[in-house]
Amino acid sequence: MDARIRIRNTKSIVFKSVVVFLAFMITIPLIVILVYIIKQGVMQVNWHFLTNVPAPVGEPGGGISNALVGSIIIVAMSSMIAIPIGMLAGIYLSENPGTRLAHYSGLCVDILQGVPSIVVGIVVYFWVVKPLGTFSAISGSIALAMMMMPIVIRSTEQTLKLLPDTLKEAALSLGVPYHRVILKVIIPCGFSGILSGIMLSVARIVGETAPLLFTAFGNPYLSTSITKPMQSLPLLIFNYATSPYDDWHNLAWGASFMLLMFVLILNISTKLVTRKWNIQL
Amino acid sequence: MEHSVVSATKFNAWFGDNHAVKDVSIRIDKNQVIAVMGPSGCGKTTFLRCINRMHELIPGTRTEGSLKLYDDEIYTMNPIYVRYKIGMVFQRPNPFPNLSIYDNVIAGYKLNGLKMTKADMNAIVEKSLTSAALWNEVKDSLHKKGTFLSGGQQQRLCIARAIAMEPEVILFDEPTSALDPISTSSIETLFHELKANYTLIIVTHNMQQAARVSDKTAFFYLGELVEFDNTKQMFTAPKDVRTQNYITGRFS
Repeated sequence: MDARIRIRNTKSIVFKSVVVFLAFMITIPLIVILVYIIKQGVMQVNWHFLTNVPAPVGEPGGGISNALVGSIIIVAMSSMIAIPIGMLAGIYLSENPGTRLAHYSGLCVDILQGVPSIVVGIVVYFWVVKPLGTFSAISGSIALAMMMMPIVIRSTEQTLKLLPDTLKEAALSLGVPYHRVILKVIIPCGFSGILSGIMLSVARIVGETAPLLFTAFGNPYLSTSITKPMQSLPLLIFNYATSPYDDWHNLAWGASFMLLMFVLILNISTKLVTRKWNIQL
Repeated sequence: MEHSVVSATKFNAWFGDNHAVKDVSIRIDKNQVIAVMGPSGCGKTTFLRCINRMHELIPGTRTEGSLKLYDDEIYTMNPIYVRYKIGMVFQRPNPFPNLSIYDNVIAGYKLNGLKMTKADMNAIVEKSLTSAALWNEVKDSLHKKGTFLSGGQQQRLCIARAIAMEPEVILFDEPTSALDPISTSSIETLFHELKANYTLIIVTHNMQQAARVSDKTAFFYLGELVEFDNTKQMFTAPKDVRTQNYITGRFS
């Protein structure tokens, strides 16, 4: 009897150790990436690095200000396109789950989410870059917005579906018209979920390179015109890391560090936001 | 003939193919507490939700026949106006979780975008909470979230929210089924006070509750209104054998 219990205990200890070990293992890739990029990149980052454009080959110094500004502008424009459309579509999907339109647009959202980013880039190239005749920041934003939308739509939909119907009934029974029920009750109650979806979608697209290759294209100078080619952090990393010059490699490491920090901070603050603004139902 | 607040004549309601309310005719007088009872699925809640046109929010539903608020046909009025005039309290307390206690009470005004002065708002909040017997418990925490209250307090907050709109009729859909006995009794006491100003229609599963709180009782069975009479009469000498069977517990 005792022996059997001992065997069972040993089995469960072994099982537990395996699970703990594997759970620990999955953190290793992240830690390795973090350590390596911090080691290579943190030395590059200083005020000069953040406020100057890259120096020409052979000259020391130089920075990534053009890529920083470009990334901010491109991502901001993508958000302006994707957030309103994504939220409204998400509201529609959660409010009319049984309809045929909801079924098919839900399907489209899933497929859009699965479209490889390079394909999105090519499509936008033919739709926007070719007709306009030039690479431009706005075309890059459109490409990124297409990648962002499915995430915003699904997270809005999932968040709002979790809200109880009684909440909507409470507002309707007070004679509140439908559009005000959505704007004043449903969206505020699901705000933290919607916001965290938006922040995660930004974190997801800020590092996308492929859709920008033939849209925003990149630019060695600081540009704020949305109809001209614009640099961005992932483009700078792609171009400079594949160059043969050590100075440029260092710039790419610094840019990688900045990008990683941005994504890390965005992810952590998403967690904080969801916890702080979560509404107790 | 007395003037009825709510009157139905040959009123029918459907969920898709399910004929949930059949040929109901009833006249409900002002300042009375009406209990609506019957076994599960008998159409009592559906009938209640028809009165303020919440029934039609479910896709695939329809209604037929006449249902009036005073002399106006409810189904030709603007539903928003109907819901101003006929408030509702639900089975589970459902205060708005994003609003404070104060804002919950005047939610009917705020969410509709009606502009009013601070003094008016204060007056409405105090009056409504007092009528709902909640003022003394929450007057020092009006700006806390409504969801911090206990279940019974939340339900009284929902009653205050309905009262704030100064409706003619307040509908209660099993208002105490999610509450403990003490909260239940405080809400039952409240019914007696509220009927001075409002007409209350209360759907309940609980026969003792119907007997305790109501002036008149309606018994629904399989979508039909079997009997509608003074509560005392109904519980001592029911006319219909089905009512008698229900009251004596032969089916539930």
